[in-house]
Parts: sequence; C-alpha cells; structure tokens
Amino acid sequence: MTEPRFAVGIDLGTTHCALSFVDLAASDGEQVAQQVLGIPQLVAPGSVEDRALLPSFVYLPHPDEFAPGDLTLPWPGDHALVAGELARERGAQTPIRLISSAKSWLCHPGVDRRGAILPVDAPPEVTRLSPLAVSAHYLAYIRDAWDHAHPATPLAEQAVTITIPASFDPAARELTAEAARSVGLSDFTLLEEPQSALYSWIQGSGGQWRDQVRVRDVILVVDLGGGTADFSLMYVAERDGALELNRVAVGDHILLGGDNMDLALAHGAAAKLAAQGTRLEPWQLRALAHGCRGAKERLLGDEAVDTLPIVVPSRGSRLIGGSLRTELTRDEVTTTVQEGFFPRVEASARPMGRPRAGLSQLGLPYAQDAAVTRHLAAFLQRQTQAAGELAGMEGALPEGASFLHPTAVLFNGGVFKSSVLADRVLEVLNGWLAAEGAPAARRLEGVDLDLAVSRGAAYYSYVRRGTGVRIRGGTACAYYVGIESSMPAVPGMAPPVSALCIAPFGMEEGTSAQLPTQQFGLVVGEPVHFRFFSSSVRRQDQVGTLLDYWSDDEIQELAEIEITLPAEGRPPGEMVPVQLHAAVTETGTLLLEAVPGSGEERWRLEYDVRGTTET
Amino acid sequence: MTDSTPPFIARTFIAFGVFFRFIFDPAFAGAVQQVRSGEGPVPEIAPPEPKPAPTLKQAPPDSALQLLGLLQQKGRLVDFLQEEVSAFSDEQVGAAARVVHEGCRQVLVEHFTLEPVREESEGSRVTLQKGFDASAVRLVGNVVGEPPFSGTLTHRGWRVNDLRLPKIASGHDTHIVASAEVEL
Repeated sequence: MTEPRFAVGIDLGTTHCALSFVDLAASDGEQVAQQVLGIPQLVAPGSVEDRALLPSFVYLPHPDEFAPGDLTLPWPGDHALVAGELARERGAQTPIRLISSAKSWLCHPGVDRRGAILPVDAPPEVTRLSPLAVSAHYLAYIRDAWDHAHPATPLAEQAVTITIPASFDPAARELTAEAARSVGLSDFTLLEEPQSALYSWIQGSGGQWRDQVRVRDVILVVDLGGGTADFSLMYVAERDGALELNRVAVGDHILLGGDNMDLALAHGAAAKLAAQGTRLEPWQLRALAHGCRGAKERLLGDEAVDTLPIVVPSRGSRLIGGSLRTELTRDEVTTTVQEGFFPRVEASARPMGRPRAGLSQLGLPYAQDAAVTRHLAAFLQRQTQAAGELAGMEGALPEGASFLHPTAVLFNGGVFKSSVLADRVLEVLNGWLAAEGAPAARRLEGVDLDLAVSRGAAYYSYVRRGTGVRIRGGTACAYYVGIESSMPAVPGMAPPVSALCIAPFGMEEGTSAQLPTQQFGLVVGEPVHFRFFSSSVRRQDQVGTLLDYWSDDEIQELAEIEITLPAEGRPPGEMVPVQLHAAVTETGTLLLEAVPGSGEERWRLEYDVRGTTET
Repeated sequence: MTDSTPPFIARTFIAFGVFFRFIFDPAFAGAVQQVRSGEGPVPEIAPPEPKPAPTLKQAPPDSALQLLGLLQQKGRLVDFLQEEVSAFSDEQVGAAARVVHEGCRQVLVEHFTLEPVREESEGSRVTLQKGFDASAVRLVGNVVGEPPFSGTLTHRGWRVNDLRLPKIASGHDTHIVASAEVEL
C-alpha cells in the first residue's frame, strides 16, 4: 500500500454528508493545510453543481421519470439512483420513492438492517434498499466524487476517518465499517461525532486551545443536528505535564433535531391558516416547514424583527393569485422552539415517555419528549458517579452534587446557528450549576456548525499519523452477555437472567479484554444465541463481573449476538466449551470471539442485525 | 480594402512616394517587382494591418436559459412576470413578490459573487483620474473638460467577481425553464 497523501474525514450524517481533507505534505504540527471537497451533485435534472454538503437522501426514480442523460454525473456509472440535492427535492414531492434518515435505521435494533426495507412506504414495484446498502451508497458516491477530483490519489489509498454518532451500538458500528469496506476502503477509522467536533475546535484554535481549557475541566459537547441529538462529556487531565483529553461519557441515541422544530412551527402556522378556513395539503405543509426554518433562524437571530411573513407558493403557474400567506411572530417562535424544545427545567427533570401503543407501526423510535434540556438533565444526572469512578477525575465534583457538573460547553450542529438556542441551553445549565453552588460553565467558541464534524475527522486522521493532541476515548460502555440462571421453573415468569461482563468500560482501540473464567457450551454446527447488554454508567465492572440484579436505567439490552461453530472435523452435535472474549479493533469496532479451552482457534460472534420483534 | 483606383492627382503623389521608396526600401522594391511580374505581393510587407472592425457576437443561449431556469425554479420569476398584476391588490402582489425575492436572491447568492464597483458610499464626492475604466464608471450630466473628473457618486455599481453556474449534461434541453408537472 502506498503512503497516503491526504488525511480525509468523512461526515456520514443523518441529514448531510461532507468530506474534508488535510494535505499531509503541506502540513506540519499545528499548521494544517485543510480543505473541504465540493461534492458534485445533481441539483436539477441535467444540472450538476459542486456543494460542500451532500444531503443524505436517495431517490429511486421511475424508469420514465427522467429524460435520458438527465442523471449524468461527472464520473462514469449507471447512475440509476439519485443522491443529494435533487433526491431531497424530488423526494419532497414523491415521498414513496425517497430514502431519508438511513443512518437512524442502521442503529434500529427492531428491523433487519441488511434487509431491503427502505423506503418503508414504497409501493411493491420500487426496488428497496437495506439501511446498510444506503450507507454504502453514500460512501461510494463520496469516493467517486473524490476519485474524480483526485485521480492520482484515490480515496482507497488515503488515511480516512468516518464519523458515527457517539451513541451507536457495536452492531451499528460494525455495519458502518462493513459499508466502508464494501466500497473498497481499507485504511479507515471510526470516530464519534462529538469528539470530532472537539477536534475541529482544537484545530481551529491554532494551538490556543491550551489557554482556553484548564486541567480538571469537564467539557460538555452538545451536538444537535437535523435529526439527532448527541451528548458527550470530555475530561481534561494532565499527563507528563501536557494536557490530555478523555472522553468519559456519551448519551443515548435520541432522534430529535432541527427538523422537529421546523415541523412544529409549520403545524402551528397550519393551525392558524385552518382557523381562517384554509386547509393545507401535505405538500403545502412541507413548503410551510421550509419557510418556517428560514423565518425561525431570522427571528431568533435578529432582535429587531418581530413578525415575518411566510408564503406558501402555489403549485400552478398562477403565483400571485394562488399563494398562501401567513405570519410567524417572535412570540410563536419563542413559545414553540425555546419553550417547547429548550424549556427551563430543574436539574432533576426527566424526559417524559408516552406509553407506546400496543401495535406500533414500523418506524423509527423518535424521541417521545421534545425537550432537549430534559434529555440533557437526565444524561448529566446518570453520569454523576463518573466523577468518582474515573482515574484522575476524583474530586471533580463536590460532595452531594446531583449531576455531573460541566465547566465548559461546546455546541455543534445546524440548530445552533440560532445562537439564542445555544444561549438558552447554557442559561438552563448554569441555572442548575448555580443551584448547587458551582461556577457557571463557559462556552467554547469557534466551530463551523455544518462542517466541524468532517473537519475534525480529517484533523483526527492527521494527528493519528503523527504528533498532536488525541482524545482518549475507548468504549463508552461496558458489555455483557446474558446467562439464564438454573432455577426451579415458576409458572408465568421467565427464568431470571444474569449479566456477565465480557468487555469493560473504556477499552481503547487495538486492545483486547482478558479472558473471563466463565465457560459456555457451544454445540457444533448449530447457531447459538446470546442476549447482549450494555451499560454506559457501570465503569467499575471488570471482565467476569456477574450481575444478578440491575435497574433499567443502568443496563440496556441490545440486539442478540450469535455464533455458529463450523463442524471442521468435529462430530456434529458435540459440545465445545468456550470462553467469550472481546477486543476493540484498530478501526474502532467491537470484536467478539469465542475461544475454546484448548488450541489456537477463535470463532467470531456476529451481531444479530436482522431485527427481532421482541425488542 | 480601400478603393483600388485612385484619381489622377492622387496617383501622381503616390508615384512620387513609390519612386523614393523603391530607391531606399529594398524589400518594397522586391515586392513591386513581384507585382509587375504577376507573382502577387509578398504577405510580410502587405500594408499595415487595418484596425479590426468592431464585431458584435451573439451570447450563447445556454447560460441565459440556464439562469432563467434557476430564477424560475428557485424564485418563480417567469410565473411572476407572466402574470397580469393589475387585477390583484398590492397585498397579494407583495406576498408573491416575497417568494420571488427570496428565491431569486438565493440564486444570486449561490451563483454569483457580487461586489460594488465603487467602495465609497452613495452621495459622496469621488474623483476619476485619467484612464479610468469607462465601462465600470458611467459619466452623466455636465460631461465636459479633461480628467481628473470630480462628481457625486449616485450609484455604486455592481461587479460580478465570480460566477458559478451548474454544469449541464450534454443533451439536456435548457429551453425547458420549468417543466410541466403532472400529479399521478
């Protein structure tokens, strides 16, 4: 393999993808020559433009829908699928052929993630794609765009970092890695998006970051994109006289973002129009949501504006007579967005969950509580004990604190283009801190809200190859397999399950856990399933720790893992005793293996991504 | 070519001119010899190049159609201008104008980098030195005398510094600035 010329970062986002790159030959230390790749994409039939962001949408066109040649891209290929701006635009009018939020489906444990299920509402004649195939399509598209722009230095030969949500479970990470391998990438690493945003901030400060953070700082990263909310905590420690960053906790996967806010405003505006006797069609509601987004950003950004008109243009050529007009006022935006999504709540607040309907439609598990501040309160409260359990973090929290106290906040994601919303989050957080006598958290400024993740990823690819500050991360969870206890059967009760820890918290890339003493009997030639659990708070559990009891708050059940032992010279049906062993690969995925008591053999456990109806 | 048959008086002067040039300019003499022997003049000493005649060229229609298409897709400009406005109230026209303004402005921002020709604020006094670019600055009013000219800036002007139009697939029909839409 040739030595890479570029360090590349790919933001594989829920609503947008972007690629940023560092020229290794032109960079030295903290002087980094970085650029963002303009991704050529169809913006209208037959019309291709370079844009920094590739909207993460795939449109599956009808064979007669476009004129021949209208889907031509700068590079050769059959181009039967449309990705990017045109896909988003066409899909808004023909949603049955549009795939959106594929990334959220990739980490949905209830569906078959290798199965062709998207778009969910497509009619039978549309050839559906699997969440995995869609992710691979975006990566292939970005690879083609790169190779077209850099024919002498193909992407497969560069040092690549692909970002994932911090809340991705091991199966979703493995699927992302599989998608990357399927498009020919081999030298790549996965990086959590909030870490990437922090890298971007470090790089943007040009070495000044050391003056802006102090030892014992707890940095909260709030990443609020179009469709997902992601929280992470980083701790600043000192090692050998230099500052060191440690990622100490990540939040749950919350499907809540800017699109929810625009839609909420649009529903409010639609209600106003309905009061005047105008009923909106679905396309008008979408146009209204689009108008609300722009109006929201202006109203929240400009104190002088109190009312902004929103016009839904007619579909026909009669524009003047056929358009609908309504207004969005400052009060409405404040009530809907600030009070609805960022309410002033107590530090003890918890997200409210609605009981789910017995028969829920196949869909994404959207957050049931829209209040970002309540999700944040729950996250900080759950991580309270982290301060006492992490080496070097002792004493970061005063006695009796009810939540982990951040001392600095970094905001990322398009939602925070309205700085009022970032101010509100900070205000609420500082209210909690003041109530416990803690100093206010400061705001770390200066990341590009749309491109920070891809920039930070490229910077990470760069620092991985040489000197520069690294965030020490490791796994953000401990992992367990379920063991059914042997107990007398009690009618109506499932046998209780114990959880055996096989991978502790904070395992770093390229390391493996020790072998647990517990052995399991695997039957040769038959698939064996294990229940699989994770905990983002139990930092003390070591390999072999057996839990008989836990609260729902502590441990989440993931999709099952399974293994089939090949017969390979053994009599079928034979029982082989094995130990389950975990390792974190250099790529950043969790590898689970079964190790028999004797010999050098190892068998790999697979994540069950086919979906189970029980979960 | 100018008229090739000059009148007698002119011929007399030319003959004298040619006589002296024939004596003192060997290359000219050689060329005249060639004319006399019927070989035609040698190109190198053909009379000095005439000033190129001003040419008018037809701008290629594709980019104009493409821009019109963008203004229609994003800003509904063609719909707006093709509609008869007199029947509507100012409020209705105003509501539609917002769609047009927002969309067309987006096209302008995305595809053009614009900057004022003159950085001074409008209404201020400016002085134009000799050799100023007459295509970038237009003189109006009491246009007399010699530069430097001094006057009041009434419009700052606009200059497109960068133009980024989308690439078009070969064979794409740019004449369709808005396709008809049929809902199934």
